[in-house]
Amino acid sequence: MTEETNVRTLDKVVVRFSGDSGDGMQLVGNIFTNVSAGIGNQVSTFPDYPAEIRAPQGSLGGVSGFQVSVGTGVHTPGDQCDVLVAMNPAALKQNCKYVKEGGVIIVDIDSFKQADLDKAKFTTDDPFAELGIRAQVLEVPVTTMTKAALAESGLDNKSVLKCRNIFCLGLVCWLFDRPLPAAVHFLKKKFAKKPAIFEANEKVIHAGYDYGSNIHATVSTYRIESEPARKGIYTDINGNTATAWGLIMASEKSGRPLFLGSYPITPATDILQELAKRKDLGVKALQMEDEIAGVCSAIGAAFAGDLAVTSTSGPGLALKSEGIGLAVIAELPLVVIDVQRGGPSTGLPTKTEQTDLMQALYGRNGESPVAVVAPATPTDCFTMAFEACRIAIEHMTPVILLTDAFIGNGSSAWRVPDDDEYPAIRPHYISPEAAAESAWRPYHRDENTKVRYWAIPGTEGLTHRIGGLEKDYNTGAISNDPANHERMVYTRREKIARIADDIPALDVISQPGADTLLVGWGGTYGHLRTAAADLAKEGVAVDFAHFRYINPLPANTGEVLRRYRRVIVAELNTGQFADYLQAKHPDIAISRINKVQGQPFMVSEVAEKVRAIIDENR
Amino acid sequence: MDNTAYTPADYKSDQPVRWCPGCGDHAILNSLHKAMATIGVPPHRTAVISGIGCSSRLPYYMNTYGFHTIHGRAAAIATGFKVANPEMTVWQISGDGDGLAIGGNHFIHAVRRNIDINMLLFNNKIYGLTKGQYSPTSARGFVSKTSPYGTTEDPFIPAELVFGARGNFFARSIDVELQISQEVLTAAARHHGTSVVEILQNCVIYNNGIHNFITDREHRAERTIHLVDGQKMLFGKNNERGLVRDGFLLKAVEVGKEGYTIDDVLVHDAHCQSNFLHQQLAMMDGTELPLAIGVIRDVEAPVYNEEVDRQVEEVRAAHGFDSLRSMILAGETWEVK
Repeated sequence: MTEETNVRTLDKVVVRFSGDSGDGMQLVGNIFTNVSAGIGNQVSTFPDYPAEIRAPQGSLGGVSGFQVSVGTGVHTPGDQCDVLVAMNPAALKQNCKYVKEGGVIIVDIDSFKQADLDKAKFTTDDPFAELGIRAQVLEVPVTTMTKAALAESGLDNKSVLKCRNIFCLGLVCWLFDRPLPAAVHFLKKKFAKKPAIFEANEKVIHAGYDYGSNIHATVSTYRIESEPARKGIYTDINGNTATAWGLIMASEKSGRPLFLGSYPITPATDILQELAKRKDLGVKALQMEDEIAGVCSAIGAAFAGDLAVTSTSGPGLALKSEGIGLAVIAELPLVVIDVQRGGPSTGLPTKTEQTDLMQALYGRNGESPVAVVAPATPTDCFTMAFEACRIAIEHMTPVILLTDAFIGNGSSAWRVPDDDEYPAIRPHYISPEAAAESAWRPYHRDENTKVRYWAIPGTEGLTHRIGGLEKDYNTGAISNDPANHERMVYTRREKIARIADDIPALDVISQPGADTLLVGWGGTYGHLRTAAADLAKEGVAVDFAHFRYINPLPANTGEVLRRYRRVIVAELNTGQFADYLQAKHPDIAISRINKVQGQPFMVSEVAEKVRAIIDENR
Repeated sequence: MDNTAYTPADYKSDQPVRWCPGCGDHAILNSLHKAMATIGVPPHRTAVISGIGCSSRLPYYMNTYGFHTIHGRAAAIATGFKVANPEMTVWQISGDGDGLAIGGNHFIHAVRRNIDINMLLFNNKIYGLTKGQYSPTSARGFVSKTSPYGTTEDPFIPAELVFGARGNFFARSIDVELQISQEVLTAAARHHGTSVVEILQNCVIYNNGIHNFITDREHRAERTIHLVDGQKMLFGKNNERGLVRDGFLLKAVEVGKEGYTIDDVLVHDAHCQSNFLHQQLAMMDGTELPLAIGVIRDVEAPVYNEEVDRQVEEVRAAHGFDSLRSMILAGETWEVK
């Protein structure tokens, strides 16, 4: 198909699909991703959709986008795209800034009538000039061609128009030499219950592909090389699904049934939805009446002996604060997932930020320390969800898992782990025999780890009472004794601190001679790592350390930071992790790179700012 | 279930009971210990979960699994507990403030779901632990520390909320009616699904005598009616009065007077699916019509935790997986060799 076209070999390309939120951009983005992953590409996606489910058609507020990077060495969905598909003028206006110089913009020129331009608030009749677009624009009569392809289908006009996205998908598949049968396979699955719609889409995807082939003389196309990945079985997974599956793995490895108490909230709902499906693995996922009931039902399940989890986003975490405090004082295992979004308040519900760190660390009344962990990538959500469960169960504490909208919605290829890749989780049980022997009381604890024992209700000989009131260190009875309270406060604190003995050390990705350390945490890993690698290519040696364990910090943190002349913390907030590190290590000079726009970092902006900080401080 | 016989003492913890002398909670606690012994579920198969307030101290006085939680959330915590560990018999203890104000949302949703827990609502129409503020069951005009000129709002009637939430079990007792308390608590435990038991309770310090109109020995026989399934709705010192139909409403009559005979007196049917008559009975307040105590409604309906378990079993039987890995491998994957 492509032998007569100009083929450029790139190690990776970035495609951005954009249109009305009803135009099916997420669907075509997902299919393109899956097809690419299926031929061995690394993939990384970034759905960028509006808060409104259906904003007025053609309006700037209703534009939905899906960006995907495919190829080799893919760690992020890319800063800028090689190809932008814009289904209407509003999509063009919102997205043209993401197109690389020399990139290609594909527009449905049928949607560029005066009325469409007005809706997108263009003031002239030449939108391309008005936006100063220098990229190559491919004006494709998508609507006309889709209608023509389906003239004989017998479908009504509305159903026909819904196939426009698939025409574009066909065209993009042609541009990147994606195998159409694989795409058709996904369409068949998607429309399994609507054979007429499937047939129409199958026709249209070929029409789009053929159209691309027919006009090849006017466009450069790319061929994407595949990287031989580590041997194994792979699937495409987004961060929220990976989180859900990590919890299931922890349930299998701990022998405790998995319970989720939750409430729908963007962008965390996928976790609830995925676990609701997993009744086929025995998971009990309850949609409760509110966020508070979500965490409280999980606390009840934890007391009852389950691996108990609640999932939410920032505003929901605020509502759960009191409940988490109860789990702190009752010393019950509880995993709280916060898929961070833009705040404060309702903020930017569909956008990504790292602004809940302080809330996770400190957002409760009283001295109430919890463990906090944060995955680095969509697939790392699996590992860190597992780790959150392991820490919760083995250390009898609430653990907050801080993911974010970017990695929660983003996806990449993931090697399915073998059964022995994750360790057994050992619940800190007390047996009736041991209880009888030791005159056990509910707040007795292992003096090395400070972890209290888990007595599973239903067991004869272990009846006990716990609760939100302070308890006596020895007897477990209610206690108002001042010295006892202070002892319990420090004991709970020490219990969290000692988790540091049970987590991996901080790793550094090193460059020869580097005296600058770039530091990140959570979902910014891909961008920051790429920025450090890009800088190295330009001869600027910068080491890179990324935190996934936030509280406690890895035991070697101070030692690592002290090796460098400059420590730069880059994060998507005004400096919460930098403040936290600074408070723990006041002797270290920390520079900061911050962005709070509801958008991920761009690799180039990080590299530029790192360079500026180095230049300032030679 | 074990066949060992249990005595009330088996359900008592070693903790000293710290409610005020004369508080109605003492009597309710005794009734609960006795009811539990009658029911015979072993202490280690019993969980008592409470919120915050005077009544919510109750779990500490039970030799069972117990969880004294946070204000208003006991119903949500009990829901998670029961779904996770359905073998346990779960009692939830709340007061009128805990259950119907801060916990109102969890209360109605627990009832709506029909989770198999027994909810005890101690109703003293006051906030006792915070020392005397009006509650959501305080009458309009009630004077308290936070309503020095009287409240300007109407109260909830707990039964009405239960029926509004499509409840299937509602019973009522009075702290001083030990026998009836025991009877309704036992019935609540035997009912499948959410059982709500309202117990009119006296706060001797901050709302002493609030239920006197009902509980006064002199008038109690006229102002209350003890409803028993299958029995005539009779009340009065010598059961000389009865409830009869009056159009769509109820009327209290003297049996044998004004042409009313014993045949006109209604027979209580707590198991009737329709809650029409149950609501009318539950709304009687001791003025025109006697306040109803005993089991007012007791109807079987699908139970939330059992439905969850049934669905898990069905899904697993139809297309279940034995591990996460097998579930993943059944989906879209590719192999890199």
